[in-house]
Amino acid sequence: MTGFQTSTDNARARGTRRFRLDPWTAGAFVITAIVALPILTVLAAAFFPTENIWPHLWETVLPGYIISTLELMAGVAAGTILIGVSAAWLVTTCVFPGRRIFEWALVLPLAMPSYVVAYVYTDILEYAGPVQVMLRDIFGWTTSRDYWFPEIRSLGGAIVVMTMTLYPYVYLLARSAFLEQSSGVGEAARTLGCSPWAAFRRVSLPMARPSIVVGVALVLMETLNDFGTVDFFAVQTLTTGMFNVWLVMNNTGGGAQIAVVMLIFVIFLLVAERVARRKRGYHDTSTRPRRPVRFELRGGRMALAILVCAIPILIGFVVPAGLLISYAIEFYDVSLNNRFPQAAFNSILLAGLAAGVAVVIGLFLAYAVRLRKSTLLRNLARFASLGYAVPGAVLAIGILFPFGAVDNAVDGFMRGAFGISTGLILSGTIVAVLFAYVVRFLALAYGTLEAGLGRVTPHMDDAARTLKHGPAQALIKVNLPIIRGSMMTAAILIFVDCMKELPATLLLRPFNFDTLATYVYQFASDEMLEECALGALTIVAAGVIPVILLTRVMGRNRPDQEISVV
Amino acid sequence: MKYRLLAAAALMAAPMTTTTAASAAEVNVYSYRQAVLVQPLFDAFTKDTGVKVNVVFANKGLIKRLQAEGRNSPADLVFTVDVARMSDIVNAGLAQPVKTAALEKAVPAEYRDATGLWYGLTLRARLLYTSKDRVSKGAITSYEDLTDPKWRGKVCTRKGDHAYNIALLSAVIGHYGEAKATEWLRGVKANLARKPQGNDRAQVKAIMEGVCDVAVGNHYYMALMLKNEKQKPWAASANIVFPTLAGKGTHMNVSGVMMTKHAPNKANAIKLMEFLTSKKAQGLYANVNNEYPIDPNVKASPLLESWGKFPRDTVSLDTISKNRATALKIVNTVGYNDGPVTN
Repeated sequence: MTGFQTSTDNARARGTRRFRLDPWTAGAFVITAIVALPILTVLAAAFFPTENIWPHLWETVLPGYIISTLELMAGVAAGTILIGVSAAWLVTTCVFPGRRIFEWALVLPLAMPSYVVAYVYTDILEYAGPVQVMLRDIFGWTTSRDYWFPEIRSLGGAIVVMTMTLYPYVYLLARSAFLEQSSGVGEAARTLGCSPWAAFRRVSLPMARPSIVVGVALVLMETLNDFGTVDFFAVQTLTTGMFNVWLVMNNTGGGAQIAVVMLIFVIFLLVAERVARRKRGYHDTSTRPRRPVRFELRGGRMALAILVCAIPILIGFVVPAGLLISYAIEFYDVSLNNRFPQAAFNSILLAGLAAGVAVVIGLFLAYAVRLRKSTLLRNLARFASLGYAVPGAVLAIGILFPFGAVDNAVDGFMRGAFGISTGLILSGTIVAVLFAYVVRFLALAYGTLEAGLGRVTPHMDDAARTLKHGPAQALIKVNLPIIRGSMMTAAILIFVDCMKELPATLLLRPFNFDTLATYVYQFASDEMLEECALGALTIVAAGVIPVILLTRVMGRNRPDQEISVV
Repeated sequence: MKYRLLAAAALMAAPMTTTTAASAAEVNVYSYRQAVLVQPLFDAFTKDTGVKVNVVFANKGLIKRLQAEGRNSPADLVFTVDVARMSDIVNAGLAQPVKTAALEKAVPAEYRDATGLWYGLTLRARLLYTSKDRVSKGAITSYEDLTDPKWRGKVCTRKGDHAYNIALLSAVIGHYGEAKATEWLRGVKANLARKPQGNDRAQVKAIMEGVCDVAVGNHYYMALMLKNEKQKPWAASANIVFPTLAGKGTHMNVSGVMMTKHAPNKANAIKLMEFLTSKKAQGLYANVNNEYPIDPNVKASPLLESWGKFPRDTVSLDTISKNRATALKIVNTVGYNDGPVTN
């Protein structure tokens, strides 16, 4: 324990951050090294290609991929900010009918896999779907050449679908930021002559900006790694391009090179996010617990507020869920076979385990960074989070090779030394799948917990130290109870995302093994939405419950109450 | 609580954490083909022989898994469609030759590797679907006709870099060479009605919707659409044409099976390979999937029989897989996936 204390002292003495190999630093190094393995594997493939098709890609399709990826990201960012921030502001600062329901219901679309939403809207809006059939009946058109109707399978369609399933990230983070702002700040702005709108624009929004940026960064990483939706909508992004070069054409070098272009996008995003967080110079220093004062909306404004909150819920959740339910009832006998319960069990088990492991690791990293205040450690932790932005199938390949190498090395050693073969210990097991989930979603845990710890004033650590607690005890006794909410948030986000994860599961899983997502996929890939409706619905249901829990947790997580707990 | 959960998980996971090689009566399959398509055959095999078939299905990346697992890979057989993918596995040194009298008797020489590294199991024809209302019979008879200016704005296909289209383009290269094949694809692109999207069935649906008059698609989708209540009208809106290439015949590709280099259950794997090429399994395959049996002595499904006989293209499967890289480059150079916009 004394070793801990000296190094803490060193770290505290600013300017003399001497590098020391204590358990926290060493642990962080080991963890990031393991978690970064898949990405390093991909990088290695990019820089040592067997057949270099980079010049060809650059001359032909790559510029197009980059442009449409940027357009997609810009559209989704704009859409999610618009919906997420305005809805969050309305439910935290205004009073209007339905507010309490909207508060949690706005998160529901998070439980919907975007590829399912994409299928549903194609079903509804395509030529043979109910909307166009009705229009033709009304106006007497006969073929698609008689009228214009927006093509759902397009860049615009992809932007809408992804906005509607991803805006909850921005909403959640913006909402908790608005909740954390003591109403005192807003009131002060009002007494200084600000209108409610001006108070929002000049005080609340700038204070919430770092959280909003974090939310948008998450959204954009999800946008970047999505394959299902863009492929279905025939949008040529970096991800679809990479899949074709790498997995269809079997050109590893070329695929990995496109992956590197994607990583550059991500690093840019992460830097932007950091810059936004660094400028977070605003702290609300009041410690008095205060109930937020909300202003009541009436008439037109009330109606507008209701619309702003209701439309995203309708489009992102109610309509797709409704269609799935009707299909599930109609095709009940087709979809429910004996593999279904086992698949559901597997999904919940794996998602639960992954959430637990990722939160523990994320906490360790975030706390090590906080303790050591080392830029090197912080950058390492960020590098380890890159997995979030890498498409699942690519991540899976990045896992296959190191795991295979370890397995074969152990086997070779055992054969040589003892004459027994250990075969594959990790490859093709649920350990590999679990590892993929943790690597993929560690960013959610680390990001959320880093932010959570950031809100705990360093005085708390000092107080723990005066009680002769070492860093580990300080973490458990002081910090953990305060950031419990952040931990729950991280665990739930990861759980829901793992339930939806498809490509890595598909490639890494053991023999005869299904999760709900792979179970659904065997039908969905044939565009047989009806047959997979029940499975898809189960994924959604398994996500909805934690998502509702999540809003509860975050509602309780206001600093005024946190402080009263401590 | 957490510990109890972990313990329970460990218990559940225990049977899955070891994939050690050979055990009594098993054979392990990596399948690029969907479980719903191959499972009935495996069930029949298990019923006949008592050998259990374990399957991992993934439509992407199984080669990488095989490569990474190396000599300890539990996989015995790989099931896949598209000859080029089989060559990938061969070229990566991940296959081993199998030669038995039964296999060589059932599978014609042009649909298997000369050294026994892979065997075709079924055949798939790449057809033209034409609008019943708007295209008269005989108006289009060849893949070359797809570039005729009279079809401007009337052709639909899935994406150019999909394996099925790449294989067709590889056959075109086989007949005409790279330069002329590029010209051909430019011509098809110029005639597209919309940006390439969706699967083969979605193209036929587009015919029903009046978006296009001619579409390219594999033959068994016709059968699949006829079986599906919702898709019947799509099928009803289109005729099928068995087109010729360079005056020869219709472009065919195979689905096939191959044994992995390090197969731990070799004997059972051979049993399964022979079963799949047997008359019984070929008949089952033909009727489940509506693909053409590889064994010319086995009848296709009644529907396919009703379409009659047709000449097949003469470019060898070998050439098709060799031309793949060139084909992909042509697709990119032409910008096929951008759709009918001129560039």
